[in-house]
Amino acid sequence: MKFYDVADLAVRNLRESVFRNSLTTIGISVGVASLVAMLSLGIGLQQLASRRLQKSGLFDTVVASSRRDLRNFREQREEGPPPAESPSLNEPARKKIEQIPGVVEVYPDIRFVTEVRFDDKPHLITVAGIPFSAKNNNDAFDGMQGSFFSSGASPEVILQKSFAEELLGIIPKPGTDNTNIAALAKSLLGRELTLRYAERTASPSSAASNDGTAYSVVSRQRELKIVGLTDLDPDSMRGTTKARVFLPLNYAQDLHVMQSNQRDTSPSDSPSYTSLSVRVENPNQVPEVEDAIKKMGFNAFSLVDATRSMRQFFAVLDGFLAIFGSLALAVASIGIVNTLVMAILERRREIGIMKALGASDADVRGLFFAEAGAMGLVGGTVGVSLGWAIGRLINFGTNIYLERQHFPPAQIWSVPLWLVLGAIAFSIVVSLLSGLYPASRAARLDPVQALRYE
Amino acid sequence: MENSGPNPVAVRTENVCRHYRMGEALVRAVDGISIDIRAGEFVALLGASGSGKSSLLNLIAGLDRPTSGAVIVHGTDLAALSRDQLAKYRLHTVGMVFQSFNLIPSMSLLENVELPMRFAEVDRRDRSALVRQSLERVGLSGRLSHRPMELSGGEQQRASLARALINRPQLLLADEPTGNLDSRTGTEIMELIHSFNQSLGMTVLMVTHEQALAEKYAGRMLHLADGKLVNDVPTDHVSNISSGPVRARWGETQ
Repeated sequence: MKFYDVADLAVRNLRESVFRNSLTTIGISVGVASLVAMLSLGIGLQQLASRRLQKSGLFDTVVASSRRDLRNFREQREEGPPPAESPSLNEPARKKIEQIPGVVEVYPDIRFVTEVRFDDKPHLITVAGIPFSAKNNNDAFDGMQGSFFSSGASPEVILQKSFAEELLGIIPKPGTDNTNIAALAKSLLGRELTLRYAERTASPSSAASNDGTAYSVVSRQRELKIVGLTDLDPDSMRGTTKARVFLPLNYAQDLHVMQSNQRDTSPSDSPSYTSLSVRVENPNQVPEVEDAIKKMGFNAFSLVDATRSMRQFFAVLDGFLAIFGSLALAVASIGIVNTLVMAILERRREIGIMKALGASDADVRGLFFAEAGAMGLVGGTVGVSLGWAIGRLINFGTNIYLERQHFPPAQIWSVPLWLVLGAIAFSIVVSLLSGLYPASRAARLDPVQALRYE
Repeated sequence: MENSGPNPVAVRTENVCRHYRMGEALVRAVDGISIDIRAGEFVALLGASGSGKSSLLNLIAGLDRPTSGAVIVHGTDLAALSRDQLAKYRLHTVGMVFQSFNLIPSMSLLENVELPMRFAEVDRRDRSALVRQSLERVGLSGRLSHRPMELSGGEQQRASLARALINRPQLLLADEPTGNLDSRTGTEIMELIHSFNQSLGMTVLMVTHEQALAEKYAGRMLHLADGKLVNDVPTDHVSNISSGPVRARWGETQ
């Protein structure tokens, strides 16, 4: 029989006992739905975790620093030229690092401890420049109050929640985390903050230094507008030196703040950097980029290995979720076998007639196979939609819970295209396997016996 | 076309046996029957219930295999055929009609008659016209979309005849085709079968227990008892052994 005829007859047979076949198909759908829901949660959690980790900058960032600053650290032997001849980490070097394949952006690490005045009260705090790209790459800014910097060089500032509390004189009780960030934001957003800092300017007098460049330090102050308040810690990878006040990076660069560890020996029109943050497109490329930077004569470090164990964990988790999800599908497949065996009993005479008319074993087998496959296709499609809905519901519920706990919403559920297609294909394969026995049993029916059957 | 000699043998059985066990007992349903049926003959198989008529018919139809002996149709020994080849034989060489019509109840008449063409992989576009044509031949042109249950017994048997002939078989096997019909309707069916034998030169082998019908329409009567052939008599009614247009088959008449 041609494919069209097999499909046509299969569909009309399914329609003949539509109630029973629908029940079987619903069974398959539930199985597929549980599989899809489980896996979509597993995948979603994995994506959430890796997104968090990636945005934390822990795994896609290489920090490059000049070897000149480590002149006295003899034990830190690296490949490349000796420290004395190693190149300066200046603007041309930054551009060169940016050319390394896989590198997305390279920005100087600007951070300094300085005085900030608010309501005429001084506070000593670490300030850091944040690249404008962090708006999309650092999820600490995802659920923040207020808004991100309006541009890369605007006189604006984002505060970390704990510093905001400090500014307002709120002392949270230890062990509690009840301060309402929205209330903080209400009293801080739009207000001005005074930043006092030491600017390093090139000095006209050249006699003072044998480095070729002399500079002087001038005290300055700027008014900055508070635009945002973040609950999370954008600077979490910095540990104890982490900043709690953030400026747009370009703006921070233009301040020419005298940094404590700066030993600049280059002409001031080509500033040299203490260290550069190199953001890499994909954590997998980190080791190569690290090597390339070292070959250029700089120090480089990253924290890439930690992601490997995370992936391992999720592979195991997904495996378990898939097994539990498949259990329901296994039960559903028994339903298919049952339905088709019932159909054989019911259509015994019909099978006999078809054989008497000249249907081959393959025709009969194909017909039952097609019926199983069709149930698998419909069950799989309905099941994927159902699983999608269940995942969505779980996501929705979780987010309501997160919101009550004052956490930012999170996407803990994800149904990629491969899961949709894979689940439908799996459903069809399982259904066909279930149809194997009934189909061959139908094909082997003795036509004389079958025709005698009433 | 005028045939000079007798027609070639269409069906030959050589000492064919079909035995099976039923509990302890060995049932000899067919027990050493040897017959020759020539192409274009109309043969009636007569006998009491359990005499082995239907079993012999099933062997010739390729629905069953003999325990011993041979069934040779158009020179081919059916025992040598694989299951697939046997299915092809049933599809193209044999048309079958049953006492209980055996139409598929969930299908319309059109679909029932179309079914063998699906197995024969006839092009979809050609089927509808062929089905209409054959249903017209049996006088059912107005009932294409009816389901079997909506028709009388006679109409169902006509549809079943149209289905049996749709793939233009050379051999029509009928198992008590009038058994479920009143005598008037039965006569109509017999007239149809007779006309196919006459006009298409189709070989007909019909199981019946109605001696009168056999005498009226068949050219030869085979009497069976206990699985054995007990009598082989020609009727005075002459079938188209030497005069019929053997090659003109179903659907080829202009």
